[in-house]
Amino acid sequence: MRAFAHLLDRLSLTASRNAKLTLIEGFLCVTPDPDRGYALAALTGALSFDAAKPAFIRKAVEARMDAQLFAWSYDYVGDLAETVALVWPARPGANREPELSEVVEALKATSRAQAQALIEGWLDALDADGRWALLKLMTGGLRVGVSSRLAKQACANLGGVPIGEIEEVWHAIEPPYGDLFAWLEGRSERPSPDAPGRFRPVMLAQAIDEAVDFARLDPADYAAEWKWDGIRVQAVSERGERRLYTRTGDDISATFPDVLEALDFEGALDGELLVMRDGAIASFGDLQQRLNRKTVDAKLMAAHPAGIRAYDLLLDGEEDLRSLPFAQRRQRLEAFVSRLSTTRIDLSPMQPFETWEGLAALRAAPPPGDPAIAEGLMLKRWDSVYEPGRPKGPWFKWKRDPHLVDAVLMYAQRGHGRRSSFYSDYTFGVWRQDETGERKLTPVGKAYFGFTDEELKQIDKFVRDNTIERFGPVRSVRADLEFGLVFEVAFEGLQRSTRHKSGVAMRFPRINRIRWDKPSREADELSTLERMLEG
Amino acid sequence: MSYPAVIKPQDLLCPKPGGLYCPPGDFYIDPVRPVDRAVITHGHSDHARAGHNTVLATPQTLAIMAERYGEDFAVVGRQPLAYGESVTINDVEVSLVPAGHVLGSAQAVVRWKGLTIVVSGDYKRRRDPTCARFEPTPCDVFVTEATFGLPVFRHPDDAGEIAALLKSVDQFPDRAHIVGAYALGKAQRVIRLLREAGWDRTIHVHGAMERLNRLYEAHGVDLGPLEPATIERGKTGDFAGSIIVAPPSALADRWSRRFPDPVDCFASGWMRVRARARQRGVELPLIISDHADWDELTDTLAELRPGEVWITHGREEALERWCELEGIPARALRLVGYDEDDGE
Repeated sequence: MRAFAHLLDRLSLTASRNAKLTLIEGFLCVTPDPDRGYALAALTGALSFDAAKPAFIRKAVEARMDAQLFAWSYDYVGDLAETVALVWPARPGANREPELSEVVEALKATSRAQAQALIEGWLDALDADGRWALLKLMTGGLRVGVSSRLAKQACANLGGVPIGEIEEVWHAIEPPYGDLFAWLEGRSERPSPDAPGRFRPVMLAQAIDEAVDFARLDPADYAAEWKWDGIRVQAVSERGERRLYTRTGDDISATFPDVLEALDFEGALDGELLVMRDGAIASFGDLQQRLNRKTVDAKLMAAHPAGIRAYDLLLDGEEDLRSLPFAQRRQRLEAFVSRLSTTRIDLSPMQPFETWEGLAALRAAPPPGDPAIAEGLMLKRWDSVYEPGRPKGPWFKWKRDPHLVDAVLMYAQRGHGRRSSFYSDYTFGVWRQDETGERKLTPVGKAYFGFTDEELKQIDKFVRDNTIERFGPVRSVRADLEFGLVFEVAFEGLQRSTRHKSGVAMRFPRINRIRWDKPSREADELSTLERMLEG
Repeated sequence: MSYPAVIKPQDLLCPKPGGLYCPPGDFYIDPVRPVDRAVITHGHSDHARAGHNTVLATPQTLAIMAERYGEDFAVVGRQPLAYGESVTINDVEVSLVPAGHVLGSAQAVVRWKGLTIVVSGDYKRRRDPTCARFEPTPCDVFVTEATFGLPVFRHPDDAGEIAALLKSVDQFPDRAHIVGAYALGKAQRVIRLLREAGWDRTIHVHGAMERLNRLYEAHGVDLGPLEPATIERGKTGDFAGSIIVAPPSALADRWSRRFPDPVDCFASGWMRVRARARQRGVELPLIISDHADWDELTDTLAELRPGEVWITHGREEALERWCELEGIPARALRLVGYDEDDGE
């Protein structure tokens, strides 16, 4: 438990992806089975317990110390699990410190009533870090900034194998993954991925380089279709197992029972998950209402019905199509979708074109209706096999030009890791007239990339030279009608938001250009953004 | 303890705007503004200020003050008083007893007409290889600090923290580890603990702590090979895998940019709470403090069981509550002018 606790502790304060990978790989390398396997399960969200509810934890700690002292402590720390971990009176020698595997296995085997006594015993025996890790594990959601994909990448690094090979076997293996580690360490064969309903690693596209690629590519070799603005999914229905996966292999079946019910076929589809109303596609904002939920109620499903727009067919009945060229897979897909009786699954239509110029015209002026909510176009070689990862050449994405807006830098925050001595996270705002008719800046977004290291140094200097106030790691920067730094901000879309004071939220904002030349008073108005709002 | 009933502890020591004042001895303890006669518990700048006429302190504390403020820091003169010796000022007997906080730190013990008050200054109970260990002194009134006076503050064993630092250096050999540590006391303790853990490579130090390092060495604390953390001819890579000790403010400063992809570490008792570490952008918190944690504070009060406890800077209300539950009379002095942060 101690090694796992230290890992979580480090991860929770580490920002860099590479540093996180180093930490996880280091842990997996030296921690014995089955502890490392259960740790991996915890990191990938494959464990869940319902034994310890926060109310029980609080009651247990208040039985051990003065309620007033606990209240002050909680008030100071702000997080219940962390407070309890810190104040729990140690009883050294009371019990032996449990290993992670003991905790997981004991909890699986006991009733809720017994579990509480077990947990209290463990809390007595562990140190503060160990108690924190235990409580995070119990109350669900480690929230240490590690995605399941990152944890799988660490496994891939450990074994020196492509991550696709891990993803492909992932749904055929179970915690504590003894067979996985045996394979990664070269002690046995790769576990068989042949479990019904398993995930197949996804093929991704390269961004096209307009300056180089069109000149060397032949339009006749490529098919084009819209790149729909939802989330990429894989829908599998195989020998009675129905699953919906994200493109990184996370199982989101429980969040979309309406989609799962529609998977009335034998095969595996690659497509875009979207909110669809009578065949019309709703905006990404609509879909967002459905994402990241553990459970979903009927009302939400009725208001935001989800469906799949199909791009590709990987499995048709029992036949694996991935080694066939795209042209053949597409024919099979069209036939496959036409046989379905559901309206929740439709076909992403091909967009015929003759020349790159013709395709550019289509991208610039999509026909009214659905394509307005496409992010751009996808280009796929007619002869491309379905190859996991992001191979260079067979598939390209050609995104629509982003929206641009000129905004004024308002706040800057220190970055992490390599950037920790730089003010590198920027909150920017646009002008709005308040009730008195005065023009004031209102924050509309935050961006932390899109500039070079050299530009970062210049902005950092600007921030330090023009700070008006400091709040911890954040500085407020001078920004008024007479003075301020203007950023040209690029973003992919705009939604209404009740959580933001401005009422709008940007998708994927980044700094496109720094307008050292532009007077702050000439930055955009909020009304400009409001006109860009979708649907 | 017994003293005549007509005498009240506040006749011997009472809070004044300038600090804790002793009327019968006519001196202040750790005054926050210039006074005629000052007794100084230790060299941190919120306790030891320049400009008093006469300063009584341990020889080490006097040396630290001279190093920081110049040889003329006391207008009239210095009065060194070694641990265990005593001196009578007017009718009051004053002696200095180790407080275990930093080099030269002392508890001021004042005795008058059978009444004993111990002003602990800042203190800790655990071992520190750079200073003498705290000695409990029986007393009628114990004046305690309360910097970490909340049950959430329980500092772990410092050897474990140093082990975590060394493990990280091993895991990230291409990065520099910058340890933020207060220039007086914490920095030397961290360096000494690293030496005890077997780290015998050169440790790089920020220019702001060089003079105090030398002073510690002159007092017998062996810090091993130290080099200034400066880059000659711009070779950033020289610092890959190295440990650099710097004042905490330097972590966020442009100064730290010269090092390769630094891991920001901060050695402080506040690092016990994750939000504090996150707020400062610390990647590797090292919970190493020169102040007593909650257990040390309460264990000390339980051990001494003084007739009365006076609580100074820090989280007074929680410690007051603990005393109330234990049946020990306690009150908060609410002295102003001392940093509530760890160290200085």
